[in-house]
Amino acid sequence: MIDNHILAPIFVQLFTAIIQLMCWRKTLTQRYLSVGGSLIGLMVAFRLFNRVYEGGILTLNAANWDAPFGIVFVADLLSVTLVLLTSIACFAVSIFSSVGLSRQRMLYGYFPIFHFLIMGLHGAFLTGDIFNLYVYFEVIIISSFVLMTLGGRKAQLEGAVKYMAMNILASMFFLTGIGILYGITGSLNMADLSIRIQEVQNKALIGITSCFFIIGFGIKSAVFPLYYWLPSSYHTPPSAVAATFGGLLTKVGIYAMLRVFSLIFIPDDFTRILLMVIAVLTILTGAFGALIKTNIRRLFSYLIVCHIGFMIGGIAMFSKVALMGAVFYLIHDIMVKTNMFLIAGLIRQLRGTMDMNKLGGLYSEYPKISLIVAIVLFSLVGIPPLSGFWPKVFLFQEAFSQHQYFYIAALIIGSFVTLYVIAKMWSEVFWKNPPASEGMENLFAPMPPYKKILMVLPIGLMALATLYIGLNAEAIVKVTDIISTQLMDPSAYIDAVLGNKTD
Amino acid sequence: MKSAILQTATRYLLPILLLFSFFLLLRGHYYPGGGFVGGLVASIAFVLHSFANGTENTMKILRYKPLSLIPIGLATSAVSVTFPLLFGLPPMTGLWFEEPIPVIGMIGSALFFDIGVYLVVIGVVLTILFTIALND
Repeated sequence: MIDNHILAPIFVQLFTAIIQLMCWRKTLTQRYLSVGGSLIGLMVAFRLFNRVYEGGILTLNAANWDAPFGIVFVADLLSVTLVLLTSIACFAVSIFSSVGLSRQRMLYGYFPIFHFLIMGLHGAFLTGDIFNLYVYFEVIIISSFVLMTLGGRKAQLEGAVKYMAMNILASMFFLTGIGILYGITGSLNMADLSIRIQEVQNKALIGITSCFFIIGFGIKSAVFPLYYWLPSSYHTPPSAVAATFGGLLTKVGIYAMLRVFSLIFIPDDFTRILLMVIAVLTILTGAFGALIKTNIRRLFSYLIVCHIGFMIGGIAMFSKVALMGAVFYLIHDIMVKTNMFLIAGLIRQLRGTMDMNKLGGLYSEYPKISLIVAIVLFSLVGIPPLSGFWPKVFLFQEAFSQHQYFYIAALIIGSFVTLYVIAKMWSEVFWKNPPASEGMENLFAPMPPYKKILMVLPIGLMALATLYIGLNAEAIVKVTDIISTQLMDPSAYIDAVLGNKTD
Repeated sequence: MKSAILQTATRYLLPILLLFSFFLLLRGHYYPGGGFVGGLVASIAFVLHSFANGTENTMKILRYKPLSLIPIGLATSAVSVTFPLLFGLPPMTGLWFEEPIPVIGMIGSALFFDIGVYLVVIGVVLTILFTIALND
């Protein structure tokens, strides 16, 4: 069904950013605009989600050019779910950054760039054209590079150089892949590609092309052995920025993999084994990396890597149940990881450091905040009935039925290491008595009460969303069920895009 | 760098280059040209002026900061992209006036998109170059 309004989430972010650019250096106005724009974006995304959930896939032909020739935007359930989650995260981060960020960074255009980044994310989720996907990836990279370097401290620049180098490399691979794909099929529309690629005789060439996409998306979503840029760059920018990055950017890579491997390159045995090996090694390296870190944000960075492996494993098994697990984990992960970095920012505000050895005693001082944090941490670990538990059920079930014992072992190790690391962090940061020798600088206590509330509010909101995902898992399972059905059988997607033009 | 030849030449070149950039902008719908190239040529005109007369003088004749051109240009483009939505058409659809206008020809929403690009390019190029020039 054609609907000309599915791009509304993109335009809301675009216009928010443009109006903020007009209020250059008026940081207070920019803060109000940012929160207001994010709220409108959230409502628009929610409406879009409802319409797609009830009415099925919506498409839009940009500039009124018909499907295989023009650029198509497709809102299927996977896209709109991710758009909705991004909007929730965007709303929370924008509240958090309006109080948690130094004025210096805002003066150099933090807010407009942040909204351009969210616009890029929405675009990447909604587009149905593979080259357009690349363009939105570039929008994301450029915005995130600016966000990462704002402030210009030496550590930031060092992290940003690694980040930039690896991501440009990923874009090159991605672009090369698109080039070859266009060469052998003559189309860029993903639905059209899905049909045309079946007619190509040279299967080896398609296999090689799919490797380009695996490498390109693999770097972006930080899988083994291409993950090392992530832990060495995500701890440098301010927490609000790291929250957006940690929660959303690596997940775009996973989304792109889901899309490309369900529509264009249906995984054959080789691809499955390759993805499975990558998944197992990613989980293990991420888990072992997290074991030895004492800085909270570095620890979280390694956990991101570890949990990316869970989702890759789901894609590698490529069956309905496995994809349900992967998509559910994606939904859970976006909410929790964004919140984790916001929590890291809050801890820094409370204590002036993120080194676990120097932290302690937060529970006795701030029991209510600790309770919210505990919900999030338990969800991350996957204590039933919280949100991290349900996707693992699906992943385990499918792994057993496909006899993927290495993956099962990795899942167990990954989960236990997460549990151990989070328990260690909980005891070090919240329960342990604070080391007396260090003079703590508490930036939180002197803040006016409304700022304190605004700082904790986004964490609470995201924790509520996480609780909803966990306690009302049935609704999420229903959504993931439809999504994985659509992914396994792309004919609905192709029909929606190409319509009845098959004659 | 004070050079009488360059200063005199620039006095004539600045309007000519601006005119040429505008020509490129209008030509761009069907032929080589367009907002991006036009914007580059226009900013080169100002860069030439700043070579001859110093960056401060160029900023004086511009009156506004080039940075402020960026949001204006972006807004022009974004509005021209979303405008067709009011008529129930997909974004970016070309809307055209019925009657051609003398000299310029047919006017449509694509022209406003290009004007937006033109302004953004001028804004970005001049902001970067002036920032570098003033930091010396």
